[in-house]
Amino acid sequence: MPKKLKKICGAAVFLLIASLPLQQCFAQGPDTVVLETLAQYYDPVEFDHVMHVDMLGEDSCATCHHHSVGTPLVDENCKRCHEYGGETESANCEDCHPAQRFSADYLAEIEADIHLYHEDKPGLKGAFHQKCLGCHKEMDAPVGCQDCHTRTDAGDKLFRSGKYAPEPSESTAHAH
Amino acid sequence: MKKFDRRKFLKGSLAGGVAAAASVGHEAKAAHTFEGYPDSMGVLVDLTKCIGCRTCEAACNKEQGLPAPDKPFDDMSVFDEHRHGGLKRRTSEKAYTVVNRYDIPEQGEPVYRKFQCNHCNEPACLTSCFVNAYTKTKEGAVMYNPKVCVGCRTCMIACPFYVPAYSYSSPINPIIKKCIMCYDTRLKFGKAPACVEACPQEVMTFGKRKDLIKMGHEKIKFKPEDYVDHIYGEHEVGGTAWMYLSKVPFEKVGFDTHLGTQPVLSYVKDFLAIVPMVLCIWPALFTGFHLLATRKEARKTEQQKSEE
Repeated sequence: MPKKLKKICGAAVFLLIASLPLQQCFAQGPDTVVLETLAQYYDPVEFDHVMHVDMLGEDSCATCHHHSVGTPLVDENCKRCHEYGGETESANCEDCHPAQRFSADYLAEIEADIHLYHEDKPGLKGAFHQKCLGCHKEMDAPVGCQDCHTRTDAGDKLFRSGKYAPEPSESTAHAH
Repeated sequence: MKKFDRRKFLKGSLAGGVAAAASVGHEAKAAHTFEGYPDSMGVLVDLTKCIGCRTCEAACNKEQGLPAPDKPFDDMSVFDEHRHGGLKRRTSEKAYTVVNRYDIPEQGEPVYRKFQCNHCNEPACLTSCFVNAYTKTKEGAVMYNPKVCVGCRTCMIACPFYVPAYSYSSPINPIIKKCIMCYDTRLKFGKAPACVEACPQEVMTFGKRKDLIKMGHEKIKFKPEDYVDHIYGEHEVGGTAWMYLSKVPFEKVGFDTHLGTQPVLSYVKDFLAIVPMVLCIWPALFTGFHLLATRKEARKTEQQKSEE
């Protein structure tokens, strides 16, 4: 059936061509990533991905992406299982790190999975801050909260800061 | 009148006393092995991750509807505040949790330590409270009933961690104030306390206490260079729901490392168990002795009367 074969070949070529720019794009990663899933007390963060890649080098993806993008692994502990694992389906932080790390549902999920190794995997907020701040401290990059994200009005209210700041008083709360 | 046998009486009272003492001993032994409710929740605090941002303090203030603080929560000058005797900030009626900074010379950067009620398995505050205002819930929280509290402050003295604070600002009806692990609004619905959820660094891990202990030991095993080989609160004063991991020795960051592994209760319960026994048996026993001792005289006076 040459007609069908042709169709299949055509589809294969199309898929190959279609996937080329995608693959290339994946290898480079996006230029910027807007981190907004957790935005509440702070505005979303526009993460300059390309700048961080340039700074660390193309082969250093695993510094942040552990074992999910197919580049050489950095963490010795990851290598124990993932050394030859290759790329994973997704390299997005939030596809592995849950936004609601301590919800009853998630806690029940990890308890039910008796084969789960990464029981203590940080949630999305923890993963972001531990990764970002860990490196920023080492490399003397900015580490203040508002160096990376501006606080919202709700944030000011939570921190009792800005226009919600308490009246200055002489007495201290911890006199006793 | 039936003849009263002194020997039998003494035998009986001795046997009763021994039986009572034996039952007390048995109870004390059983209470020693109590390790908290089986599925109670807890929090593992990893001090190596804390950056001293005070978001937990802000979240606690909002969740518990506490009064406005004296300084905004993003004001880091509070770390330089000291109480009498150079002591660092402690919990108060306005703050159920506080973060303190510890400058350790050999450590490149300061260590921050969050602290609040540790929610003991066998709380000393609960033991000491004579109006039974305290409860240890099966979820792990140590609660107190402000309606029952008479403001005697015994729990403040009993607590080995100096946690319960007092509402000195309320002269009419002062009561005890402390962290309740967000029981009313979160814990009883299976949710993590507000500070745990607010923490950007995920310094705190919320989960079943028994799982957290395993997790803590795993962390120590994988990164021995990052942690002291000890989980503070696993055994201290009989175990606490809030436990800590640290890179620097615990005594250097404000922890009392001489509390021992016995719950405070075990130091007093032998004595306290004797109190009701003494109150019930002693009056009867000594009334008996008195009757026996005065029996002859009583008979004599009776005989004299009849002779007359």
